[in-house]
Amino acid sequence: MFFLDYVGNRLLIAVIGGIHVFINHPLAVGAYPLVALMEYWGFRRKDAEWDTLAYRITFVLFIITTSVGALTGVGIWLSTALIAPFGIGSLLRVFFWAWFTEWLVFISEVILVVIYYLTWKRWSAGGWKKVHIGVGVLLSICSLLTMVIIVAILGFMMGSGSWPADRSLFSAVFNPLYIPQLAFRTTYAMMLAGLCAWFLIFFFTQKRSEFRRRAVRCVSIWILAWAAPFVGAAVWYWNKVPAVMQANVDVGLLTQRFMNWHETFALIIAAAVALIVIAAVIGAARPRLVPGVVLLIPFVMGLWLLGHFERVREFVRKPYVIADYMYSNGVRVAELPVFQRDGVLTYATYVSNRTVTSGNMVAAGRDVFMVTCSRCHTSYGVNGMMSKFTNLYGREPWDADAMVAFVHTMHTTRTFMPPFPGNDKEAEALVAYLKHLQASPELILGAQADWLPKPQAQQKPSGGS
Amino acid sequence: MGPVAINSLMCLALAQTPVPRDIDLPLPIGDWQLKFLLVVLFLVHILFVNLMVGGSILAVVFELVGLNRSKYDSLAKRIAETITVNKSLAVVLGVGPLLCINLVYTIHFYSANALTGYAWISIVPLVIVAFLLTYLHKYTWDKWRGPYKNLHVIVGGAAAFLFLCVPLIFLANINLMLFPAKWVEVEGFFSSLRVGNVFPRYFHFLAASLAITGLFLAGWFGRRSYPGGSHLADFTGGELRGLFYRVAFYVTLAQLVFGPLLLFTLPYEGVNGLLFAAILPGVAVALVLLYFLRREIRAERKRLGPAYLGICLLFTLTVVAMATGRHVYRESSLAKHKTMIEDETARFRSIEFAAHMRIDAGYGAGEMLGGALTGEKVFRNCAACHAVNRVLAAPSLVEVSSIYRDNPEGIVNWAKAPGKKRPEFAPMPSFAHLGDDQLRLVAEYILKTGETARIPPD
Repeated sequence: MFFLDYVGNRLLIAVIGGIHVFINHPLAVGAYPLVALMEYWGFRRKDAEWDTLAYRITFVLFIITTSVGALTGVGIWLSTALIAPFGIGSLLRVFFWAWFTEWLVFISEVILVVIYYLTWKRWSAGGWKKVHIGVGVLLSICSLLTMVIIVAILGFMMGSGSWPADRSLFSAVFNPLYIPQLAFRTTYAMMLAGLCAWFLIFFFTQKRSEFRRRAVRCVSIWILAWAAPFVGAAVWYWNKVPAVMQANVDVGLLTQRFMNWHETFALIIAAAVALIVIAAVIGAARPRLVPGVVLLIPFVMGLWLLGHFERVREFVRKPYVIADYMYSNGVRVAELPVFQRDGVLTYATYVSNRTVTSGNMVAAGRDVFMVTCSRCHTSYGVNGMMSKFTNLYGREPWDADAMVAFVHTMHTTRTFMPPFPGNDKEAEALVAYLKHLQASPELILGAQADWLPKPQAQQKPSGGS
Repeated sequence: MGPVAINSLMCLALAQTPVPRDIDLPLPIGDWQLKFLLVVLFLVHILFVNLMVGGSILAVVFELVGLNRSKYDSLAKRIAETITVNKSLAVVLGVGPLLCINLVYTIHFYSANALTGYAWISIVPLVIVAFLLTYLHKYTWDKWRGPYKNLHVIVGGAAAFLFLCVPLIFLANINLMLFPAKWVEVEGFFSSLRVGNVFPRYFHFLAASLAITGLFLAGWFGRRSYPGGSHLADFTGGELRGLFYRVAFYVTLAQLVFGPLLLFTLPYEGVNGLLFAAILPGVAVALVLLYFLRREIRAERKRLGPAYLGICLLFTLTVVAMATGRHVYRESSLAKHKTMIEDETARFRSIEFAAHMRIDAGYGAGEMLGGALTGEKVFRNCAACHAVNRVLAAPSLVEVSSIYRDNPEGIVNWAKAPGKKRPEFAPMPSFAHLGDDQLRLVAEYILKTGETARIPPD
């Protein structure tokens, strides 16, 4: 199995996904409507300056969305498939048509982006200009549509809808968080796009010009106009999350941790919105007062909020990768009792040890780690096993019996953890391996760098204690 | 070696590889429909990949030629302009076939991806950088003149180089997935290049890219609506048409070497009569194609002749034949392994089914889960943090039993709604989910065990 130690599999997905969202929301979903509006505004008022500004902003959008934006979109897929093949493989089978449709919309979106930018000069006269503006509107609709479909799939992953019972697409999509989440994202994208456009105005207009003043004022009004619905959507979402979280988790430790988190989230929303609104109010009233650098602050806050929001979303779905069907380590709920009875190594594909004996505790433990923990945890790095157990038991050599007990029951108190999908012997082996790691740290290599475990007869000696 | 011997050798190699299980959900649409979609969508995708790769190579080549003969520089610029659209389409159109291959060859594709993991995921940054370089190359063409011209060529060259790397990574994966018996030998991307025949495939692909781009550009510059006069004053339409027809002709001629090289280096697994039945008509069509290309090059036309569409059609037929052959080879190469996966999946499913029959009938999945609950068993929930006589991550039972002496209800209440009392420990989580009955059992057990341990055994 692919495995990135230190950095962690999750962080790889988070980085690619993060970049994608940071580009998609402000520079596509939010920006294309804004640019199309600018172009229309310039056309109606016969003001070439608006048209030029819209064209220049579109150039930036075009370059970034068709390269980094499009590729990180594909990258989310490549990375999740690499790290959670069983999760993605299953999602694809459930959501084939949704994904297929999304793909068609994605193709249209990219074709429209290319047409929109490359024909700007050619389609500038008379009736053609109207066609061009039409392309801009279509483009805005397409980029919104891709988000509508993708959020449905994300929603499905965390949704406590009735899918596991009836397996219908409808109940999977219309889970309780879907609409609030969509409203939150859409309005937020619009606001962020306003901030980006404002920032770009500083590059694309003359200093101290009358037009810059007007442009900043209009963009500020755009931001303010979206601020009110955004606050509404944020509060709606904020109130919906605990209900869903509680459906998944109702236990002390997590709730405590979650409450802090929930409040931080509210605080960041409030602060970011306040900053953005203050900037926009000043921008609307006194357009010359706000220098470009100051805009970076609400923008960075904005991105932080977006990142936080994604984390909450990712956390809510735990311990599942597909609600009530598959755990985040790829073990299906239905196969869990079989693994717990016969051992997970018995049925695993690429392991060097099928059974645990007193002689292979550490090596078998490493196999158990790879199969059951490595999708989310590293050894010493991000979300590392070492730091988790150090928090619990301190720096002294850990107590093996207590750890075995913990492994078997952690899911009852840490409800974001899946139940340990192995038998007693395997839990002991895992603990032996972790204690071995505590004593002698080593980098764990995944299949992409190490050999696949061979059948026992030809196995190379590995990491024995 | 006879086919029987080869077959048994193959089984021997496969027998030593562990057999994975398939995903436990039905395919969303039929198996052959998916495969049909895969082949068709892949062809559309690869067409634009070819134009992207071939275009960026030709742009750099002609820019280099243009260093001495400036009219080729303007030609290179026009070629570079076509890449913008083609490369965007290449990426978006790749998603469809990726979707299909993920579904229909789930296990094989994912295994290859995991084994070449670093290279596979680096496709994302590599293509991003290649795209950005392509934009830089295109939009600085008129600005970076004179002393900056070399830099400009280097930017174009770097983009073309990256465009050459990415297909190799894809090919390594597509190739590796065909040979499950070799998976255990692979340690990363570079070692995967030793499996099968990646390089002959790669050269075949590169040549196809150049040929298709040549054909495309012959049409692009030769088309009636092309504003030739204003853009490329130094070329006549006929000259450009002839130039790119020649590119298509000579590269396709070279395929007569690359093609057989690819075919005869294919590992034996999977080579069968059907493969030849699919490929040979393609070769025949290619020969006809070469004849027409040659005729068109000799006919000194100013514009595209009516033969252009016919040539494109012949090209498409050849490509469809080759793609079919490729699919036939993939199917026969994986047939054995796929059956093994199906058997293994079915075997596990029956085990799982039997376990659930037991559970539904009120037994545990195995003996381990049966038996009456005792305080000692429930205590397993606590043993991660509490030990009898030692401090683990929480007070020992000796200490707890002294606090709650004769007060088991106190333990039950605390366990249902614990708080944080001691600065040195993390707060205890709630155990309300165990229910009052189990908590009472465990409270009795804690008091008894703690008190017994406190009394010195003398």
